[in-house]
Amino acid sequence: MDAILEMRGITKEFPGVKALDNVNMTVRRGEIRALVGENGAGKSTLMKVLSGVYPHGSYDGEILYNGKPMAFRGIHDSEAQGIVIIHQELALVPQMSIAENIFLGNEIATRGVINRHETNHRTAELLAKVGLRESPETRVGELGMGKQQLVEIAKALSKKVDLLILDEPTSSLNEHDSDALLRLLASFREQGMTAILISHKLNEISQVCDSLTVLRDGATVAHHDGMVPESRIIKDMVGRSMDDRYPPRDPQIGEVVMQVRDWTVEDPADSERLLVKGASFELHRGEVLGIAGLMGAGRTELAMSIFGRSMGKYRSGQVTIGGQPVDLSTVPKAIKAGMAYVTEDRKSLGLVLIDSIRRNIPLANLPGVATRGIVDRHREGRIGNDFRQRMNIRSSSIEQETVNLSGGNQQKVVLSKWLFAGPEILILDEPTRGIDVGAKYEIYTMIRDLAAQGKSIIVISSEMPELLGITDRILVMNEGRLVGELPTEEATQEKIMSIIISSGHDLTETNVTPEEIEAETAHV
Amino acid sequence: MSDTPARPAGDTFGFIRRNIREYGILFALVIIMAFFQIVTGGILFRPVNLTNLFLQNSHIVIMAVGMLLVIVAGHIDLSVGSVAAFVGALAGLMIVKMGLPIPLVIVLSLIAGAIIGGIQGYWIAYWKIPSFIVTLAGMLVFRGLTMWILKGQNIGPFPREFQMLSSGFIPDIFGPDKPNTLSLILGWGAAVAILWLQIRARRREESMGIADEPFAFFAAKNALIFMALVMMTWALANFRGLPNVFMVMAVLVALYAFISERTTIGRRIFAIGGNAKAAKLSGINSERVVFMTFANMGMLAALAGLVVSARLNSATPKAGEGFELDVIAAVFIGGASMAGGVGTVIGAVVGAFIMGVMNNGMSILGIGIDYQQIIKGLVLMAAVIFDVSNKSKS
Repeated sequence: MDAILEMRGITKEFPGVKALDNVNMTVRRGEIRALVGENGAGKSTLMKVLSGVYPHGSYDGEILYNGKPMAFRGIHDSEAQGIVIIHQELALVPQMSIAENIFLGNEIATRGVINRHETNHRTAELLAKVGLRESPETRVGELGMGKQQLVEIAKALSKKVDLLILDEPTSSLNEHDSDALLRLLASFREQGMTAILISHKLNEISQVCDSLTVLRDGATVAHHDGMVPESRIIKDMVGRSMDDRYPPRDPQIGEVVMQVRDWTVEDPADSERLLVKGASFELHRGEVLGIAGLMGAGRTELAMSIFGRSMGKYRSGQVTIGGQPVDLSTVPKAIKAGMAYVTEDRKSLGLVLIDSIRRNIPLANLPGVATRGIVDRHREGRIGNDFRQRMNIRSSSIEQETVNLSGGNQQKVVLSKWLFAGPEILILDEPTRGIDVGAKYEIYTMIRDLAAQGKSIIVISSEMPELLGITDRILVMNEGRLVGELPTEEATQEKIMSIIISSGHDLTETNVTPEEIEAETAHV
Repeated sequence: MSDTPARPAGDTFGFIRRNIREYGILFALVIIMAFFQIVTGGILFRPVNLTNLFLQNSHIVIMAVGMLLVIVAGHIDLSVGSVAAFVGALAGLMIVKMGLPIPLVIVLSLIAGAIIGGIQGYWIAYWKIPSFIVTLAGMLVFRGLTMWILKGQNIGPFPREFQMLSSGFIPDIFGPDKPNTLSLILGWGAAVAILWLQIRARRREESMGIADEPFAFFAAKNALIFMALVMMTWALANFRGLPNVFMVMAVLVALYAFISERTTIGRRIFAIGGNAKAAKLSGINSERVVFMTFANMGMLAALAGLVVSARLNSATPKAGEGFELDVIAAVFIGGASMAGGVGTVIGAVVGAFIMGVMNNGMSILGIGIDYQQIIKGLVLMAAVIFDVSNKSKS
């Protein structure tokens, strides 16, 4: 077997976390190898080790490339060897032309003066290779996401590339552009290029990959030197035992509190791309409703667009609360209607990090600590101390700046903020992401207690055991659609995964063409 | 990121490290004042010079309290000097040419300032046009409009009644003897009131268990402020009493310190500057708050314009040139962050006085305007470098 790359016994530790534990991966020359795993399984970390973002010495284990051991100190070293990585977030400058972007940092120049003619000529060649019919002088910002992704690939090709790594290349593309990209990847293979494809979309992997490696919790759990059925991949991906613990609960589910009908949201940058496609669901009093799905399935988009249209561009759909249609078009209106949204990104969207716990807690309900516009610091301090105690926020005092708290305690401050606003409906987006097991249990307990008080709670989570452990009912979302619903007692990780996978198949099998998507978008 | 373990009570070193900026600025002002007091041979604190110090810097302080809010919200206002000049010119027109009653002119001028600030705030808040650009345009437009309505000429002189706004002193209802008794009562009364409020707040913090300022610091700081107020009042009362504009300034500083620290609108401004997205997702109407902040800035610029033209006794096309830079410098010296979300009204006022004392002291020493500019620039730079290095250490 002619291996271009062998990674042996890679172990990478961060303070307190073993991100990779003795990971092995071999890639044969000329194949497309898939690297799959749940969110947080360690795929991106592994690729950062490979590309030198984490330099040699900061990890254990060895990398053999073309049979020789490598010690990359940075991304320059790996690129010099022909290993090029295309990250999930595109690294293009929208204001610059395609040609300028492709040769950014690597300009064709003589003593600092750029040779525009040569640059454009070389760019045109590269664009032909990736099948992008655009002038080299077109500004990248004028291109759609699919074409931008092709520019990114052309940029990779402008370097000497033997091993191309693509991290979720289709996550922001529509079906048509994704297909085109995958075909392109297959054609590169014909020309002898090797690639590693990281993807959540198993149907894409079946479509183009030759072999795959599955990571789970930072360890390699399976290697397959040929394609295997998707059910097998799913089993490998989620096969972890339910060792997390969840507080027991006795749900008291009441009447329908909120009803969402035909909720459709478009990408503000590309109105042909829908972030949420006609979602409809109901939420009951005292219920914990889970929304499962892979990264990029549109769950956050669904939640944030309902909460004051804070994300995407609203196209259509209605929400009723308590049987009455409600206007949720701004955040203050959503709060007034009794909603709260606890963001998945607590640092950039949830907290004023430079402010103390005391000042963060009343932020969504300032009148609650004020009399005629004047903040009563005594009351504020009492409320702060109250929440600090009740939520068990570990800090020196309520005066501590939230930037210095651990993830779990930050999350408790965000939760306190929303509880102080007195909501009836709470949307918790990845409420336990990045927090330790002990704090997780505390948050699960709070969710249970809130439901017992008659609040209605939506939990969005990528950790399926968590959804199975704390919810009453689970909605499954994929590619912007709600594709399934099942009571939690009947749900298993395999069932949820296969709902996601088969919904993806429906789309490919029915062969949605760009014309149909246009037709779909035109009639609204 | 790990939890900071609970600190033992009275962790003096940790407290200094966290609050070095606030003490540093006050300390710097004391050092600078002591320095100039010595090198000018005692001229700095003479009653007449102290009076001048307030008269000459009042407009900067008035605008600094508004600019502090603008900068805390994460914006900037470059137009304040031009707006001050423009409103000064309008007032000149209304008083001298049209003969309108002075109280009416003052009200109309403040309204005009608020409208101008509101117009700029509208583009900034609702159209998301960067404040730097909107107010740079405003700076040019209102400078031009000032020249246009004044036709390049000065308008003046003003009636005595209007000049009193800037050069008058509060009357002494207890007779003309020195020291001025009403001034003493007001000044010393304020000193006692501030001390009382500080002690009360301290008691409350202690009862809530959140008092982290070591007692020695608390005592020293308040003793210093108390003594400074008592002595300053004594000096001023022995000259001509408290200037009218000092009263205006004192009321504004107290009011805006209260607004920024104790009101919901103040909270919202800090939250927007600290994390605009989190503020918006918490239901704060950011657009409205930013709009109001600029309208308020315009109103304060108008007040400064009135004060300046009353002091110069004429409305001139050149009034207010470079004010914006002095005001912005005062706010940054006072510890505000360019990124928003950080700053105090008192800090901005202290920053304004650091600039003012340096101007005044260097002028007494006969140092040329060239050196003065260089030194002020270096002080601004030093203050910000201090901030940045302090931040990267923690």
